[in-house]
Amino acid sequence: MPMPAPPAIALEQLVRRFGPVTAVDHVSLAIGRGVVCGLLGRNGAGKTTIVKILTTLLPPTSGSARVCGCDVLRSATEVRRLIGYVPQALSADAELTGYENLLVMAKLYDLPRGVRAQRIEEALALMGLEHAAHRLVHTYSGGMIRSLEIAQSTLHRPTVLFLDEPTVGLDPLARQTVWQHIARLKESQSCTILLTTHYMDEAEHLCDEVAILDQGRLVASGSPQALERSLGPSATLDEVFTHFTQGEAEVAGAYDETSRTRHVADRLG
Amino acid sequence: MWPTASAESAPGGRGGGAAAFARQTFAVAEMELRKLRRDPTELATRAVQPILWLVVFGEVMARARLIDTGGTSYLAFLVPGVLAQSVLFIAIFNGISVIWERDLGIIHKFLASPAPRTALVLGKALSGGARALVQAIVVLLLAVLLGVRLSWSPLHLSGAVALVLLGAMVFSSFSLSVACIVKTRERFMGVGQVLTMPLFFASNAIYPTSLMPGWLKVVSHLNPLTYQIDGLRALLLPVPAATVAHIGLASDYGVLAVTLLALVAVAAQLYPNIAR
Repeated sequence: MPMPAPPAIALEQLVRRFGPVTAVDHVSLAIGRGVVCGLLGRNGAGKTTIVKILTTLLPPTSGSARVCGCDVLRSATEVRRLIGYVPQALSADAELTGYENLLVMAKLYDLPRGVRAQRIEEALALMGLEHAAHRLVHTYSGGMIRSLEIAQSTLHRPTVLFLDEPTVGLDPLARQTVWQHIARLKESQSCTILLTTHYMDEAEHLCDEVAILDQGRLVASGSPQALERSLGPSATLDEVFTHFTQGEAEVAGAYDETSRTRHVADRLG
Repeated sequence: MWPTASAESAPGGRGGGAAAFARQTFAVAEMELRKLRRDPTELATRAVQPILWLVVFGEVMARARLIDTGGTSYLAFLVPGVLAQSVLFIAIFNGISVIWERDLGIIHKFLASPAPRTALVLGKALSGGARALVQAIVVLLLAVLLGVRLSWSPLHLSGAVALVLLGAMVFSSFSLSVACIVKTRERFMGVGQVLTMPLFFASNAIYPTSLMPGWLKVVSHLNPLTYQIDGLRALLLPVPAATVAHIGLASDYGVLAVTLLALVAVAAQLYPNIAR
């Protein structure tokens, strides 16, 4: 009998400390293939830290994190081949054109020349950026930049895609565009998506599953519908979130995260 | 969206290997050069300092005849020194770009890609080298305008190009390491300012090491800049090498190459820090 494929993402008793602060506190979580999972939590709840660990940018303090069975510490290069990553900050290079931004990623992933040209062309068409391809990114709108970044992170056809606050600071129309892109990625079935957000409507709209973090701990997980039902017949995801997370706590790291979010919003504005 | 992808069998591109490493290195350098081509004002402003050193400092010191340069005119002696100095000043601030990329999130994306850290570092260093080459052309043209006679043999020139590249890459990788440690622009600029002058004065750039007190002579021989300048004098000045250079080309290249390898290794180790 063939071994069942390991889950797309598997966290086991994952801990990450920064000095005295425990940003991620014994989190265990498995996310199946092809699932869109939303990581929800207040500022400083540990969402970005988990994403950074899974994208090999940050080593865990203890416990383990695996992507498709590959350990982020022991098989970092393997993990990097499997994943795509859109950081929270605007990571497209404003001094380059959209095309050049795609080109550098294609080259870093070492896609063969022929495939490279084709994938870049496809990505530009898919994101509706053909006409802006040779314009410098600093002339792009916020929605265009996020679209470009999603295109950059999927050129190599990742098995797992990480989107850290993909719509923070975007206007409603641009958010719609980004949602459409994510929905289309989801349809492909071959791509598992982990996204972090604090917008409940976003989670409701996009995610098959959500995991709610509070002060580094996993406090609830499951499908949005199941979590809502568990609270009552007419409960909303907002209510679920409020139920599971503590009130106005002073959370370490919240200042940094808030200032970073505002910074991104400024640049998009 | 990608129906043909058998995701796990061929997720990224081709396998690793030296060719892939070179392609990834050049990809990083290429993007830097594309930016530079779009905004060459940086190159123009950088031409000001060498003009001051050669036209003002050089001309005055040449008249004063205080420094024994072994039969070569002081101005000619100074040209390779000023060339290396302007290369140093460009390279030592090369690391600022990685701090920019950190604030923007670009570097996070690069570090989450399968490109080896060494390729990312070497690519940055190479872009520093390319900037330095443009600067080198400016300084040499200036020297010609001032009537300094240089050796134009293709062999000597290509040797000099290699030295400029090596020197710039050495100080660029050093600068990247510093950037990965200090992480903020303000601290980085401070450290950069503090480092440039000692590196410059503790070298043979504006006076021969033979005039130095013993301790400074020792320090200057620990300074990669001294080897770069020694080599540049031997190659660029149309006089017997031994009259203006005292280390020897083989050692000049050797010391710079070994230093480069060591610093690239250090920077590649430190590079992941920038994303934490």
